[in-house]
Amino acid sequence: MEENHLNRRCELLLIGGSAGSLEVLFRLLPLLRADLPFPVALVLHRRNSGDSTLSELLASKTLNPTQEVEDKEPVTPGTIYLAPADYHLLIEHNRTFSLDYSEKINFSRPSIDVTFESAAEVYGPGLVAILLSGANEDGTSGLTAVKQAGGMAVAQNPDTAQMPFMPHYAITHLPIDHVFDTIEMAAFINSLT
Amino acid sequence: MIEEEDIDLLLNDLFDLYGYDFTRYSRASLKRRIIRLCSLDKFPSFAELRYRVRNDPSYLKRFVEEVTVNVTEMFRDPAFYKSLREEVLPVLGTKPFIRVWHAGCSTGEEVYSMAILLKEANLLRRSLLYATDLNPSVLEKVRKGIFPLALMKQYSESYISSGGTADFSSYYTAQYGQAKFDSELSEKIIISTHNLVSDSSFNEFDLILCRNVLIYFDKELQDRVLKLFDASLGTLGYLALGTKETLKFSAVQHKFKQLNREKIWKKII
Ligand SMILES: C[S@@+](CC[C@H](N)C(=O)[O-])C[C@H]1O[C@@H](n2cnc3c(N)ncnc32)[C@H](O)[C@@H]1O
Repeated sequence: MEENHLNRRCELLLIGGSAGSLEVLFRLLPLLRADLPFPVALVLHRRNSGDSTLSELLASKTLNPTQEVEDKEPVTPGTIYLAPADYHLLIEHNRTFSLDYSEKINFSRPSIDVTFESAAEVYGPGLVAILLSGANEDGTSGLTAVKQAGGMAVAQNPDTAQMPFMPHYAITHLPIDHVFDTIEMAAFINSLT
Repeated sequence: MIEEEDIDLLLNDLFDLYGYDFTRYSRASLKRRIIRLCSLDKFPSFAELRYRVRNDPSYLKRFVEEVTVNVTEMFRDPAFYKSLREEVLPVLGTKPFIRVWHAGCSTGEEVYSMAILLKEANLLRRSLLYATDLNPSVLEKVRKGIFPLALMKQYSESYISSGGTADFSSYYTAQYGQAKFDSELSEKIIISTHNLVSDSSFNEFDLILCRNVLIYFDKELQDRVLKLFDASLGTLGYLALGTKETLKFSAVQHKFKQLNREKIWKKII
């Protein structure tokens, strides 16, 4: 499975997760190098939509600046963005974020599919998308769109996931480029340029 | 696949034929809504949707209804309403008469929430709430003041978190799975269509709420609409936006001061 990802430029890294994904991020973020040369956007299903402390908690785990997205904010390299609770996160062609308060999709807002599909259109082959632990089907259509646009699709190894269903569903429905545990994922992200 | 150029053509049609200008809406969201409509109404191709829009004026209504996002709730973001109760209403209460404008009010849940706050502050009798939206169908629901009974439990919880101490169910009558809100509230609501893109200021207000509407606009249109609000606010009036919207970086930001953590600004000049 080792491919030539080293000579591919990453213009945006997306990470989608549901139940069991926070634990992964808490272990993954401290392993990432400071000054990541690309922007990172996290799309997480959250149980408590009122909770605004998650971005601060995540920020405490990394040297990269970390913040919740504000509407129409430019997507800036080196920053880790968190999709705000209760909004879908979209990306415009001029590489700014847009928020959308439309219907939940697969019971989720933010929906991982929505962000992955929207970013695939804008970033095409420059997009790397990772799907973490979770108990539903969100993310698989999104990863499919990422692949179709020439981007790279990665899933957490279901054996290492607290909730294996979500990454497993993706692996069985599309040609995933890589299946990683947390340590491998960190090494992979650090090798992206 | 729908190309950007296709969307441009459709948006030009809408403007030329019907005067609706969606060209400065957030493209990513708009495109998703158009694709969704194509699949809801089973158009085999985008060209067919465009043909229908061009040739069937009655379809325009459906297009506008489905392409705009009408999702809303009562007492959404309770901390926001709490701040209105505690910091804004006491100041508005010093005025002889209070005018509130809900721009992009959708089906009115926010307007009825506001009317309840005003009533509890003993201000409803000298207040008027203007509820406007570009979509006439949602305004019909504002007029009726009838919302699904099944949502009342959640709304009641949000009401309590916003600092409400009354029995929430005392504000409506339950019948046939619906909750009909008191006419005492609806009597104070003035309903009208108003398009933030093309219509101008129509009154002077003490408080303008425009929540989760600007996220559907691009930066330039946001700026234009914020100027419209600025021009429609009396001195020391308040402007309230959605939790992820901001005045920061807009042309009018120097005229406003943010009250606290909530997205409420006071006009200072
Ligand atoms: C998501 S709803 C917001 C409802 C409510 N303010 C809230 O925050 O819960 C957005 C509303 O904005 C309205 N809208 C969109 N474009 C508009 C425009 N140009 N002028 C007036 N209203 C508009 C839509 O019809 C819709 O009802």
